[in-house]
Amino acid sequence: MSQHAKICLEGLQKGFGSKIVLDGIDLEVMAGESLVVIGGSGSGKSVMIKCILGLLKPEAGRILVDGEDIVNSTPGKRKRMLRRFGMLFQGSALFDSLKVWENVAFGLIQGQHLGRLEAKKIALEKLARVGLPADVGELSPAELSGGMQKRVGLARAIAAEPEIIFFDEPTTGLDPIMADVINDLIVECVRDLGATTITITHDMSSVRKIADKAAMLYNGKIIWHGPRDEIDHSGNEYVDQFIHGRAEGPIRMDVLKP
Amino acid sequence: MNFLATIGRVFVAALADIGDVVRFAGRTLSHLVLPPFYFGLMWRQMLHIGYFSLPVVGLTAIFTGAALAQQIFVGSERFNAEGTVAGIVVIAIVRELGPVLGGLMVAGRVSSAMAAELGTMRVTEQIDALTTLSTDPYKYLVVPRLVAAVLTLPILVIVANIIGVFGGFLIGTQKLGFNVANYLQITVDFLEASDITSSLVKAAMFGFIIAIMGSYHGYNSSGGAQGVGRATTNAVVSAFILILLSNLIITVNVFGT
Repeated sequence: MSQHAKICLEGLQKGFGSKIVLDGIDLEVMAGESLVVIGGSGSGKSVMIKCILGLLKPEAGRILVDGEDIVNSTPGKRKRMLRRFGMLFQGSALFDSLKVWENVAFGLIQGQHLGRLEAKKIALEKLARVGLPADVGELSPAELSGGMQKRVGLARAIAAEPEIIFFDEPTTGLDPIMADVINDLIVECVRDLGATTITITHDMSSVRKIADKAAMLYNGKIIWHGPRDEIDHSGNEYVDQFIHGRAEGPIRMDVLKP
Repeated sequence: MNFLATIGRVFVAALADIGDVVRFAGRTLSHLVLPPFYFGLMWRQMLHIGYFSLPVVGLTAIFTGAALAQQIFVGSERFNAEGTVAGIVVIAIVRELGPVLGGLMVAGRVSSAMAAELGTMRVTEQIDALTTLSTDPYKYLVVPRLVAAVLTLPILVIVANIIGVFGGFLIGTQKLGFNVANYLQITVDFLEASDITSSLVKAAMFGFIIAIMGSYHGYNSSGGAQGVGRATTNAVVSAFILILLSNLIITVNVFGT
């Protein structure tokens, strides 16, 4: 293990019933690095992130953050660790019952115990950072478009200025232009914070824009890991098939043909 | 053999479900005593559970009390025991019908709403988001609902009892010809402190059941919109059954005399 690794997964295993989803994942993310994990739907990308966040408990293996194993940590330690994380969920996961600014300020109020006025000021700054005017803060999430919800989700993820940020399918369901806007915002926000990030996606334009390094997850294992620029010349036929989106190749989809 | 295996599987699954509910309730109770406490959320839930349930509980109570007085009159008339109408109405309402019907009405209105809200939060990853924002979902979502339901149900049931007895009083004095002063005197004479205690204990218990079943089914829902629908139905059905069962147990074992 490198001494500079911010996040290190060692032999991570997770299954649901008889289905093995993660089959001994080994992965390192260096401090300040942006790693993008690609892989087909159902390949276990989200499960991997949820294991790191502590939302799922792995059956075996270690998850080290700054060299500290967080799999079997105490609730107090885990809570302190969570304050160092930010997360943008696939569907944004904004709280329906709260206004937009309250969503962004939620972690500041509940996690860092800031007063509402101070937290609101920061929330409005973060909303401006993702290109949303202050009056949007007074709306409810249901009044926003999908792209705006994603931007609010991004503002919430960066509100507490975390060291490590996870992005779960940040551009899924968005039109190509809005997807590019979100990718740009992610790059800018992460650069400003100097954060370490793990993004999971199957959108290759996100990979090319966001990633310093990329990794591919297939059949519960990391089958390729390398710098972004090498992904087009990986020499791995699974990666080639995936990035070119070909139906023919070693990855077989379970599709019944008439 | 397959038939026996099926029975065994169903039995084991039922035991597992009971174990899950007990563990969920235990975990919720363990979060009751340790901070942070979300008083604002508790207050909002108390309004939602108590204040907004008043119309349905009040209407149920007044109609039930009125119908009860009429039926008791018809039955007691055969034995020339019409004088017992006021006493039987007050005992029946305060001991049984007030808490049980109030509990069932609130279960139908609130358990389903809790299950739908938490279920939607589960399937849209809002509960996961709470965790990543350093907030314990049990403390933030379940504990305020439990505290609000346990504190509010007794108040609702007191109101239901008063309105239910008033319903009987209206029919008794306006239709059946009872003297107002006599009716009230008999009502007061028949009512004992243990009747009120029984009513309040049952109400608090039903509040606990309503909050736990609504929260448990919502919190553990899965499978998108269909899963949320299933959670809502299960929350209401299980709350109804447990309210009726616990009412029987409390009545027979604690306040059966």
